[in-house]
Amino acid sequence: MDFDLSDEQRLLRDTVRDFARQDVAPVAEELDRTKSFPYELVTKMGSLGLMGIPFPDEYGGGGADTLTYALAVEELTRIDSSVAITMAAHTSLGTMPIHLWGSDEQKRDWLPLLCPGEKLASFGLTEPEAGSDAGNTKTTAKLEDGEWVINGAKQFITNAGTDISGCVTITAVTGDADGRKEISNIIVPNGAPGYEQGEPYRKMGWNASDTRPLVFEDCRVPEGNLLGRRGDGFKQFMQILDGGRIGVAAMGVGLAQGALDEAISYAKERRAFGQPISKFQAIQAKIADISAQIEASRLLVYRAAIEKDRGDPFTLTAAQAKLITGRLAVRATEEAVQIHGGYGYIEEYPVCRFYRDAKILTIGEGTDEVQQMVIARRLGC
Amino acid sequence: MKICCLVKEVPDAAVQKRINPETKRLDRSGEKNLNPFDTHAIEAAMQLKEGGDVEVDEIVAVTMGPDSAVRALHKAVALGADRSLHLTDGALEGSDVAATGYALAKLLESESPDLVLLGQQSDDGECYTIGAVVADHLKMPSLTQVIKMDAAGGKLTLERQAEYGYDTVEVELPAVISVGDAINEPRYPSLKAIMGAKKKPLDTKSTADVGIEADRVGEGGSRTAVLEINPPPAKESGEIIEDEDTNETVEKIVAWLDERKLI
Repeated sequence: MDFDLSDEQRLLRDTVRDFARQDVAPVAEELDRTKSFPYELVTKMGSLGLMGIPFPDEYGGGGADTLTYALAVEELTRIDSSVAITMAAHTSLGTMPIHLWGSDEQKRDWLPLLCPGEKLASFGLTEPEAGSDAGNTKTTAKLEDGEWVINGAKQFITNAGTDISGCVTITAVTGDADGRKEISNIIVPNGAPGYEQGEPYRKMGWNASDTRPLVFEDCRVPEGNLLGRRGDGFKQFMQILDGGRIGVAAMGVGLAQGALDEAISYAKERRAFGQPISKFQAIQAKIADISAQIEASRLLVYRAAIEKDRGDPFTLTAAQAKLITGRLAVRATEEAVQIHGGYGYIEEYPVCRFYRDAKILTIGEGTDEVQQMVIARRLGC
Repeated sequence: MKICCLVKEVPDAAVQKRINPETKRLDRSGEKNLNPFDTHAIEAAMQLKEGGDVEVDEIVAVTMGPDSAVRALHKAVALGADRSLHLTDGALEGSDVAATGYALAKLLESESPDLVLLGQQSDDGECYTIGAVVADHLKMPSLTQVIKMDAAGGKLTLERQAEYGYDTVEVELPAVISVGDAINEPRYPSLKAIMGAKKKPLDTKSTADVGIEADRVGEGGSRTAVLEINPPPAKESGEIIEDEDTNETVEKIVAWLDERKLI
């Protein structure tokens, strides 16, 4: 078993680590406080090639593997989750479907804009009554005169309402097949008539990322905007979610690591009863436990990424990784706040933001309960 | 113009530095990285190339070190160098500064550079001297602590950081220049450059390839020997004056300072 990263993986990880510390860290608190989308950072990430890591070189992507992508997501989240999810959602949810199933024309139209981050892509699956239970999708798309006419609503969609949002790939019911709903994916560009983005949500965390409800009212897009084959929508988004879980799991590891970094540095500085609190067993136990869990989880995330890169089945590992890293992030950020004491409860210290940012990781891209369902099914239950 | 940038692989800044008591050398196991000071030298070379005041034909990253040092070269070419040169040979192990400078100079002779750039110090040995040693062997002028560099008419106008302010000097090429970290803000390597790093030419040379005399390098060829390594003496704890009566405290502080002729 080879636990070494390749030169490229290591170099990119170090680069993103430097970038996150030098360019993201100084502005993260303000972006969160003012709920401002990180346009400038997206531009910088685009020029570094971080907005299209796993996509082919010919379309302006990095041509790198999933593990490289996971390393980049982890290092960004170690400093700020909003910036990380902006990049991760754009990559694994927004751009990935077009890369995987787009026609040559769709790829030529979109990938050269999406890979360098000039435009952002998003993925519209979740509805008021459907998310992981996509069979309950209510949004419809009907073919009329060579156009899809889309009606319905999506919610909790990342990256759809920024000044640089380019398109959203949505799931819609396009008919019935054998008494079951036929679900297809359709690319809807921003600016399409009848497509509106609602006001951003007031969230617990991820404040600098763009999350909105979307409304489609007789929205018309050309027939050619169908992504892949008609009726493949269910299969396609299941695959997208599988891959997306690796990114979200990498966020869990990164956030836990970021919380641990802050906790250790604070504990060594803060003195009580005549010594740094890092010398107290109670604090040491927290730090030791979290660090051990981070190392174990990190290996699982990397393994899921490596399985995907090898073309092996990775659904089980990705779901396991997502399940344990989300919980770990919640626990690690809570302990980091605890170690900071009162200072952890005020926003001057990053752990306060980390704590608010953590909870979504047990919810987004399939709740813990859905991960358990995926895992149990794979185990034959 | 051909620019050679001297680079070095050093233990990552995050790694706790430790001396191996047996070899009396720095323990270089663990994560390693390109010496951060050298990234300023590469950036300076890139800015000369992109600035357009001189025609820079190529930038060559040059290092001496074990096999693993190839990683530092990969980073150097990802940062913009066109190709790299790796001097590696068991015979070089244990070379001191003078021996290393000699070996690097022999390696550089084979390239005939117009300009040699390097970082002002390495993040591990921190000798600040290798540039001067290399320059001496190459019979080139040596400039250190350079924080600004402008090229025009085959000459470079440089600003050197001095104790107070800076000196402005002009130098004709070829020259060896070590740059301070205030000279520029190194760029990040892009993912594209990282993925392309291994496609850039890398030449590996042994001591024999570049005519290095074996008895002038390595532990045996080094004229210095480390006899002992000790940590610096611990700082004596200061005198703490408890503030019970402020007037009295002030008097005590004044008396303490007066005793040492500080006021």
